[in-house]
Amino acid sequence: MKTLVIAEHDNASLKAATLNAVAAAGELGGDVDILVAGAGCGAAADAAAQVPGVAKVICADNAAYEHQLAENVSLLAAELGADYDNLLAPSTANGKNIMPRVAALLDVGQISDILSVESADTFTRPIYAGNVIATVQSADPKKVITVRTTAFDAVPAEGGSATVEACSAAHDAGVSQFIREEVAVSDRPELTSASVVISGGRGMQNGDNFSLLEGIADKLNAAIGASRAAVDAGFVPNDYQVGQTGKIVAPDLYIAVGISGAIQHLAGMKDSKVIVAINKDEDAPIFQVADYGLVADLFEALPELEAAI
Amino acid sequence: MKALVAVKRVVDYNVKVRAKADGTDVDLNNVKMAINPFCEIAVEEAVRLKEAGTVTEIVAVSVGESSCQEQIRTALALGADRGVHVEVEGRPEPLAIAKLLKGVVDQESPDLVIMGKQSIDGDNNQTGQMLGALTGMGQGTFASEVKIGEGTVEVVREVDGGLQTVSLTLPAIITTDLRLNEPRYASLPNIMKAKKKPLETLTPEQLSVAVQSHVTQVGVAPPPERAAGIKVEDVSQLVDKLKNEAKVI
Repeated sequence: MKTLVIAEHDNASLKAATLNAVAAAGELGGDVDILVAGAGCGAAADAAAQVPGVAKVICADNAAYEHQLAENVSLLAAELGADYDNLLAPSTANGKNIMPRVAALLDVGQISDILSVESADTFTRPIYAGNVIATVQSADPKKVITVRTTAFDAVPAEGGSATVEACSAAHDAGVSQFIREEVAVSDRPELTSASVVISGGRGMQNGDNFSLLEGIADKLNAAIGASRAAVDAGFVPNDYQVGQTGKIVAPDLYIAVGISGAIQHLAGMKDSKVIVAINKDEDAPIFQVADYGLVADLFEALPELEAAI
Repeated sequence: MKALVAVKRVVDYNVKVRAKADGTDVDLNNVKMAINPFCEIAVEEAVRLKEAGTVTEIVAVSVGESSCQEQIRTALALGADRGVHVEVEGRPEPLAIAKLLKGVVDQESPDLVIMGKQSIDGDNNQTGQMLGALTGMGQGTFASEVKIGEGTVEVVREVDGGLQTVSLTLPAIITTDLRLNEPRYASLPNIMKAKKKPLETLTPEQLSVAVQSHVTQVGVAPPPERAAGIKVEDVSQLVDKLKNEAKVI
């Protein structure tokens, strides 16, 4: 059994989501290799070689892969896939973008967002916004899988010593071009890997009021998230969205502020260890999943909370 | 310029779907069905491009049982010009749907294919990308802005860190994210008019596609239940619980 994990990286460093995908790969058994496809991505490949349990890192360093455009990377992954039984990637925006293309090139189905590995061909995954967990069995000789990162504990980032092998295959489909990226720069932890997340919803009333969450986030070293309603209303950018079709988080502590708790939002956070809800509507559905519910006006509760921690 | 819009019939987004007690499948008896919300956004985008004079014809396609003609009619009421229904029994998987859509693409030669990024039943998020691989087209997935240029389309994509803009050679595939637009409601006159718009039915055989299953659902189960929580009186009690009971701060 051989598994290839497509790394999540930014050329300079390996992203934590890769470590969750490697953990899932480890459960499949056999050799685990990592593909780092990028441009000037030697540092990310070196970091991948440090991951324990990894046999080999394939470093495909080519201008065509610089921004990991799905059209190009999928051709590379499908070609390399000939030698593997499984191809895995974390369910990040990149993984979701690239992997179905790889599966179609290989003429196999994809199993999205696995929560567990039951056996070499059987997995569980959420459907209907996580209201149902399906057990699915793949009949394909090769499995293409994306991994829900919150469902697998990350392997350590260091301690291994895999070989790094350069791959010169250059695939440029020539149909897509990177133009630009607007990436929010923040000192806070990443939303999907933070141990504490504090999210605001429509109840925050406007974007400026999110500053009420910042002071608390600073004290708890928390990431800040939001419900779809808050993103749609323009309070905060899209990368804040937690939910079925946004980011999936499972921190030790999730604080939902002014969020009513639509099923689509719950799908993104209900696996958090401890959930706190602050909402002035005592019938809000968020209280049904909260360990600690506080029925209060958030504009009074938040300053008090910031002072008390 | 011709736009092909794919729509899917799914359980209405307000329905909380449950697993059947025997664990064989989800319980979809008597639940309200609707057009997948992301597909609705796809239709709206095509209609806006037509209103702007960029798109001249909108073809709405759906793959599924005969009941999905309802969702094609919804797309026609929202402004699509004609419908194509690819009749398939049961629940075809994303790869099979992508292959059938490729058959329709070969027949229709659209300049633009617009579809939802995922359907809210299977939550797979695969079909658009698979269609991209099968047709060799570029893909602008998770789109929040679409600008048509000369032989190209610029797509702003919602990615984990923020927004990424790519330029794709036409024909290209766009999969919609939530912020692309706010779909309109179909007016009563348009719903009436939609009933008279042409709707063609095709079979997989006519598209030379063998519908195969790659992944079988072995069973379903409800997700782990969260134990009931408590309501705290005030902020100080909350902080006390978090520190001393949950020990998370």
